[in-house]
Amino acid sequence: MNAKPKTLILRTAGINREGDLIRAFELAGAETLTVHLHALIDDPSPLETCDILGLPGGFSYGDDIAAGRILANRIRHRLLPAIRGFVAAGKPVIGICNGFQVLVKTGLLPGFEEDADASPQRVTLTDNALPRFVNKWVELDVQSETRCIWTRGIERIECPIAHGEGRFVAPPQVLDRLETNGQVALRYATNPNGSDRDIAGICDPTGLVFGLMPHPEDNIHPTHHTAWTTGLDTTATSGLRLFENAVQYAAERVAQPASNA
Amino acid sequence: MSAIDTENNVATRVYRIEVHPAEVADDPVGRSVLHEARELHLAEALREVRSARLYLIETTLSETDIDQVARELLADPVNQRPVIGSTEPADGAQLVEVHYLPGVMDPVAMSTHDAIVEMLGPRAAGCEVRTGYRYDMIGAGRDEAERIAGAMLANPVVQSVSFEPFAPEAFVKGTPYELNLTHVPIRELDDEGLMKMSREAHLFLSLEEMRCIRDYYRDADRMPTDVELETLAQTWSEHCVHKTLKSRISYTEGERRFSDAGDTGNAGSDIDWSSRPNHTVNDDGTVTIDNLLKSTIAAATFELTSDGVDWCISVFEDNAGVIAFDGTDAVTFKVETHNHPSAIEPYGGAATGIGGCIRDTMGTGLAAKPIANTDVFCVADPQWDRAKLPKGVLHPRRVLKQVVAGVRDYGNRMGIPTVNGAVWFDDRYLGNPLVFAGSVGLIPRDMAFGEVQPGDRIIVLGGRTGRDGIHGATFSSAELTDTHADEFSHAVQIGNAITEKTCLDVILQARDHASGCLYNAITDCGAGGFSSAVGEMGEKIGAYVELEKAPLKYEGLSYTEIWISEAQERMVLSVPPEKVAAVTALAEAEGVEWCDLGHFGTDDAELVLTYENTEVGRLSMKFLHEGIPQPTRQATWAGQSKIGNRKSEILDAPIDRLLVKLLSHPNIASKHWIVRQYDHEVQGGSVVKPLAGPNGDGPGDAAVLRPKLDSDRGVALSVGLCTAFGDVDPYWMTLASIDEAVRNAVCVGADPSKIAILDNFCWPSCDAPENLGSLVRAAEACYDGAKAFRTPFISGKDSLNNQFTTESGETIQIPPTLLISAMGIVHDTARCVTMDAKAAGNYLFQVGVTTNQLGGSHLQLVTGQGSTDVPRVDLAKAPAQLATVAKLIAEGLVASAHDCSDGGMLVAAAEMAFAGGLGVDLDLTAVPREGELTDLAACYAETPTRVLVEVTAEHYDAVVKALQGTGVPFGELGQFNDSTRLTARGNNGPLVDASLDDLRNAWLKPLDW
Repeated sequence: MNAKPKTLILRTAGINREGDLIRAFELAGAETLTVHLHALIDDPSPLETCDILGLPGGFSYGDDIAAGRILANRIRHRLLPAIRGFVAAGKPVIGICNGFQVLVKTGLLPGFEEDADASPQRVTLTDNALPRFVNKWVELDVQSETRCIWTRGIERIECPIAHGEGRFVAPPQVLDRLETNGQVALRYATNPNGSDRDIAGICDPTGLVFGLMPHPEDNIHPTHHTAWTTGLDTTATSGLRLFENAVQYAAERVAQPASNA
Repeated sequence: MSAIDTENNVATRVYRIEVHPAEVADDPVGRSVLHEARELHLAEALREVRSARLYLIETTLSETDIDQVARELLADPVNQRPVIGSTEPADGAQLVEVHYLPGVMDPVAMSTHDAIVEMLGPRAAGCEVRTGYRYDMIGAGRDEAERIAGAMLANPVVQSVSFEPFAPEAFVKGTPYELNLTHVPIRELDDEGLMKMSREAHLFLSLEEMRCIRDYYRDADRMPTDVELETLAQTWSEHCVHKTLKSRISYTEGERRFSDAGDTGNAGSDIDWSSRPNHTVNDDGTVTIDNLLKSTIAAATFELTSDGVDWCISVFEDNAGVIAFDGTDAVTFKVETHNHPSAIEPYGGAATGIGGCIRDTMGTGLAAKPIANTDVFCVADPQWDRAKLPKGVLHPRRVLKQVVAGVRDYGNRMGIPTVNGAVWFDDRYLGNPLVFAGSVGLIPRDMAFGEVQPGDRIIVLGGRTGRDGIHGATFSSAELTDTHADEFSHAVQIGNAITEKTCLDVILQARDHASGCLYNAITDCGAGGFSSAVGEMGEKIGAYVELEKAPLKYEGLSYTEIWISEAQERMVLSVPPEKVAAVTALAEAEGVEWCDLGHFGTDDAELVLTYENTEVGRLSMKFLHEGIPQPTRQATWAGQSKIGNRKSEILDAPIDRLLVKLLSHPNIASKHWIVRQYDHEVQGGSVVKPLAGPNGDGPGDAAVLRPKLDSDRGVALSVGLCTAFGDVDPYWMTLASIDEAVRNAVCVGADPSKIAILDNFCWPSCDAPENLGSLVRAAEACYDGAKAFRTPFISGKDSLNNQFTTESGETIQIPPTLLISAMGIVHDTARCVTMDAKAAGNYLFQVGVTTNQLGGSHLQLVTGQGSTDVPRVDLAKAPAQLATVAKLIAEGLVASAHDCSDGGMLVAAAEMAFAGGLGVDLDLTAVPREGELTDLAACYAETPTRVLVEVTAEHYDAVVKALQGTGVPFGELGQFNDSTRLTARGNNGPLVDASLDDLRNAWLKPLDW
């Protein structure tokens, strides 16, 4: 019997959607291991034994100074090489909401090839155009040209956003490069926060590291969708398929370890 | 404090760092300030606002270090620009800067400090951070800038405003405290002296209570210490002990007088006093009630539990009520008020209100996991004329915006979905707004009780103790006046949700530890701080407390201040000595501060307080908890109606115009502006959301969530609030509220035989017999309603001094306000229904009769046409009627259901139609009635117990048969259709032909802030 791929869920002070993410990975067929940042800094070995890394949503350190900023700095100073090694080993990473903010502020996204050493921050997630928290459902269009492994075979996802600092901002040349390079994974059908070019999620050049503001982990059950009581078939736009893609990818990688050198 | 660190001889200095948007155009905060200032007409000449974040860092670090901090930590490299020092105002702008006052909780400053230390290592230790905001007001003069700052940006209770760059040379520091044991000569005081002391020391105790304390110390032959007196005042405060609700009451009913001659509507409203528990009807017609709470609200629960209601696990005993959820788990519910702190500092007051209520959940049994929040606000007209605002009062629009922001920032950060609530507008809330915050928790059934054991260590987890919140318990029990903001600024608290979240993370790990729960009992530090928490936990066995052990936010706190501080985010655990190491290891792994404050259990079950080995207080737990005198309070009820005294707008509009008017009434209008700011999805259990329909443009009746993600069993949460009926008779108001709360829960699919309810009384001063009389009537209705619906009260809280005295001496009493919150079990969430209409061709039924009683209705609120004829719940029929609706829903026969309450049937039907994007055609003559019914009442009466249900053609026969079989009155009002209009015809032909878009907009716009 094949062992299930294992997802490492990273949490710290103020992370609060780890339960939602754990449930999504479990439904998608993975095991999960939840580790506190302090413990992972002390002992990064779970990054070697786990197959997928998940950075859940929440308000790490209260989102004080700026959303994800303090956690990103801590990772930058204490954990960045280990996470880079994780990605280099061909293992998928997802950052949702606060996790996306952290991936962007550590420079892991967009993670251009030349950024590997200095890890500069190229893009940002900042105050919504109407600068306050908003929770509403959005429609997300998967970009057909994306190299993201998480969104393979998916056209549309519907799920809630829940953020105050979700506006994706980048200089025009960076936006152009993301587009040409297939790194724009998701766009909002209707832009809820003023994001540049309606961008809701991006991936790194390998397609393994994926960050998005909306919460696909909150549309994985038949009674999650806003319109489920109308009898609408909500499985068509479920967020679960994202997690299934990664779990499948990880399972295949584990089955053929030699190909990931 | 010297500016030189003498040990290393390095100068400390304060650096000022400004963080500006890199592009002037990319400044949402500045734009939002400009927008609000324009909305409020504060500065017509203001053209532009530019915002910047400010950090002040007092440190020995070099400028190079600070430059690195600014670039790598404080400013975003993509869209922000840091400046060390001060920039010149932009385009001749008037500068406004807002900074927290020293000592006020500033979570960003704390996080920034920690991040700097992590980044730069030990050489950064000892740095201190303060934060603020800068606004460059372009086009505004100094006067306008002051006006904007005062009305929108700063609250002098917690913040200071500066009109030039604020750059102090050094931060204000506390000075070390030296023990100064204070004794209070109370034994010699006469009545006048006692009351003077009660007032001046902010004890807020009555003469009788002061006398009782004096006599205790005369008997003991010693003087009390100051901390003993404070402990008694906190423990005996209305807030902590509910002395009014628990007192003996003598109730007298006067002759009824109605303001509307010839109105006989309530002639039969007399309560049957004959067979009520612990009520004695005296020969003179007065009624003596021994302990009102126990004889009404609690009595109903205990009668129900001995009569087959077997799912209550813990009621009235703990920090929250607990009922069975399934075979292994229980759900808890607590609703608190935080009115007075919110009146003075709405943001901090509401945030710490919800934060405190969440801690109640964490302090229930051996700690429940918070799974949902609720919130209800009562405020004055947000359009209130700014020029007519009494001194000491914040504008209602500002109050509402900030209480919402407070609940939002706390609840969202904690990762708890805020799923249900309401807002009620009445100008009598002007000086004394109400903020209700509720918290629901999930707990294993075998963890529902804890018990302190002698020898257990008193372990405190969480935030540090500071001067914030001192006298909160006694202050909340007093009446507000125009000078309270100055006198009680120290009672106001700012919260730090992340401290509470990390505390929760640790507690749940300690609770679920592999070796079993690591502690014997837990409670939160709420009102009264350590004094209440430790005092209550040690009630039976005593406690020995070493006050100097508490970690402090800053130096200078006296032992008394430590003992009564209401600093937020602290939990007290009773830990066996051998398990302390395991608890503290968990805390340290998560970066949660802890201290060992002493132990439970003393020889004579006394409370012993020490500071650095000196005894500073010693009190008998018996006197502390049982010594409070129980006077008999006078209550009268004259049956006077207050309707007719209110602001009114006479309007002789036809029925269709009234529909628009009602949908726009702020009580009824969409609260999406609030709902969307709350995370109602987090934790992944959302089933029925606060806004219903595919587009989220319908008002859901209740929220449903699945607390266990591997189960389809759910919890429904709803409220009932019918304040307007209380102006005629709080008895009928209360029954209507219970009916509404139960009905809302039923409408989404809750099992009406498994609904628990909570009471939150907010009343004006009950020293006035007429106010206590109206409170008695509400309490009696709680007994009658709970018994009839078989919905036990499991928890409650009261706030009984809600009135505001203006500078000129005028007292504005709030209307008696009773919030009923309901929590019901949903057996199968896949069977839940929402209120949005589902399909053209489906039928719309009204279940329950409509009467002509329009008293206290929203129709009356918008037309001002008065009547004291309020609708009444028929307790003989209502429970069965709602049970029938519940059964139809459970059997899957109902496509949608919507409670018919605020605004009446036509408002409810319109909401269903536009939420579902369907037209509807109604026949008002089909509205169920007893006798004659006017078209106006058919549309807009607020008769309780009515539900609108949508039924498909497929289930039509089954529904009709079921309704006929149970004898429940119902009528087929019409069908939904593919049009975009709502049409209705009455006794004399067509009455309404309205565009759904217009109706939806009327509902959406008023509070679309």
